Amino acid sequence: MNIKSLDPRVTRANIDENTQEGVLNPLDHFQTYEVFEQKKRGTHHIHVGSVHAPSPELAMIFAKEQYTRRGQCVNLWVVKTQDVFVTEYTDADIFETTASKKYREPDAYKVIDRINAYKERTKTKSTI
Amino acid sequence: MEFTDKHVMGLKDLLYRMADDLLILGHRNSEWTGLGPILEEDIAFSSMAQDKIGQSLALFEILHELGESEPDTVAFTRNDNQFHSCQLVEYPIGEYDFSLVRHFFFDHADALRFEMLTETVVEPLQMVARKFKGEIKYHTMHADIWLKQLGASSTEAKIRMQNAINEVFPLALGIFEPSDYEAELIESGIFAGEAELQNRWLEKVTHLLTSYGYTIPAIEDTVPAYGGRKGKHTPFLQPLLDEMTEVFRIDPAAEW
Repeated sequence: MNIKSLDPRVTRANIDENTQEGVLNPLDHFQTYEVFEQKKRGTHHIHVGSVHAPSPELAMIFAKEQYTRRGQCVNLWVVKTQDVFVTEYTDADIFETTASKKYREPDAYKVIDRINAYKERTKTKSTI
Repeated sequence: MEFTDKHVMGLKDLLYRMADDLLILGHRNSEWTGLGPILEEDIAFSSMAQDKIGQSLALFEILHELGESEPDTVAFTRNDNQFHSCQLVEYPIGEYDFSLVRHFFFDHADALRFEMLTETVVEPLQMVARKFKGEIKYHTMHADIWLKQLGASSTEAKIRMQNAINEVFPLALGIFEPSDYEAELIESGIFAGEAELQNRWLEKVTHLLTSYGYTIPAIEDTVPAYGGRKGKHTPFLQPLLDEMTEVFRIDPAAEW
């Protein structure tokens, strides 16, 4: 018996009901590539997602249709996911900042008064 | 120069060939939607199929300006013997090797034809040719990279692709079936002609296929699948038209 489907394309294909064709095993997949899109020349490439592909060239071809069909793009990068060196989530504590490092943050600097004073000075000058 | 009736008939014939090819192949390729080999390819191939339908619409609009019926009427109410498409585009999608090779042969011919038409004296056609340049460039890139990839792949892939090339080549030569107006099209500067296009195409695809490790059948030993341009089609076209127009025919006057 062949598969009968509401989709005429599937019925036309005359596929045996018990076929083993097309059954995927684990790891029968292509590797993934990470996709970075640049919206305007001179701006940063921004990560937009990933694609499965057998080669960088095909990854590029797929990335173009997956991620740039709508909206502006001038350049694409694709990078093998396995070539991206990543931190472990268990090491996420390295990003924590402590209260004692406050002096490294910009709001630790008492400059705002001086900035305001400067603004005041230049404003006066320009009106003269 | 002043266009005579024969020039206009030649131009219309050229536009119908192009528009019908794109409409039929666009529909055929859309049959892969949901069935593509992998998700990413499914999306890319479907998107290009949509592009083709959009390109055919632009050409049907030029035909409408030349006095032919509305694009929808022309696209959805003709029978197979009124279509000027080549037989290549109406063949069923077959397996993916067949569809990819058809895509490769057709899209290179299409890209070169549009490139030649960026020089045409027919202004609206020149604008359409310029407008779709980027879209078509992506289509040929997509085809080239797949053929290259599979040509450097497993033995099974190489054999299947080579068989598909041998099978599709005579059908692809049908793209260039001479029109009755070749002389008029060339002398008026509308189009440099099917023979010129075929030469450019053969040079291009021979170079690419050879570099990917395939062989291309000898053109001297190949009988081109002519007939489509004059309304002679295979039994595959009418069922496609019936399926494509099924919804339209329920209410041809409906506003979409």
